[in-house]
Amino acid sequence: MNALTATGEALVLIGTFFYFLSALGLIRMPDVYNRMQTSTKSATLGSLGVMLGVGIWALGTDFGNVAWLTKTITIAIFLLLTNPISAHTLIRAAYKSGIPLWEGSVVDRYREHLESRKAEVEEAEKTPEEGGEE
Amino acid sequence: MIGINVYLALIAIATLLSMYRVFVGPTTADRLVAVDIMTTITTGLMVLFALYYKRMIFLDVALVYAILAFGGVIAFARYMEGGL
Repeated sequence: MNALTATGEALVLIGTFFYFLSALGLIRMPDVYNRMQTSTKSATLGSLGVMLGVGIWALGTDFGNVAWLTKTITIAIFLLLTNPISAHTLIRAAYKSGIPLWEGSVVDRYREHLESRKAEVEEAEKTPEEGGEE
Repeated sequence: MIGINVYLALIAIATLLSMYRVFVGPTTADRLVAVDIMTTITTGLMVLFALYYKRMIFLDVALVYAILAFGGVIAFARYMEGGL
């Protein structure tokens, strides 16, 4: 048991604990938007912990070399880049397909944005007609 | 220190909790969110298996799985939005 193995094992423990917390948020939260909010963040953090932890842990063993750390860092960076993209796409599709918010939600900025843009378009359509009548 | 079996058990509990949301979830979006989280957890599980069996080739399997799962989730989201 050397320092590299201990550090990697602690990182893996933190990562798997955050996996457990993300699954718990998936159970506990009231609607799909809150579930996505809690689960994706902690699953991404848990992935970072597990990947870096396994890379550092393998450096301290007799079979490991630097290629382990390189490959795990590559997977970690890929997950860090693509997890927010997939979460954003999923939640945008859920909103567009008409799933309602939880009744305790008080802020809906996306609907305000859509309504303001629709009002701008209607106003822009109305103005040339009035100009044409005159 | 603690042993790799504890981490595998934590991942198993997390997967079971996500499976509950997959089977019970009231809407399609709930199930898709749970499947998205399960693919992320499975990638971590594959990396842990690479350490458990001392084979570095499993890391490549985990990378390919992460890429394919990302494409799959994007495709399902486009289908749910109505653009596919």
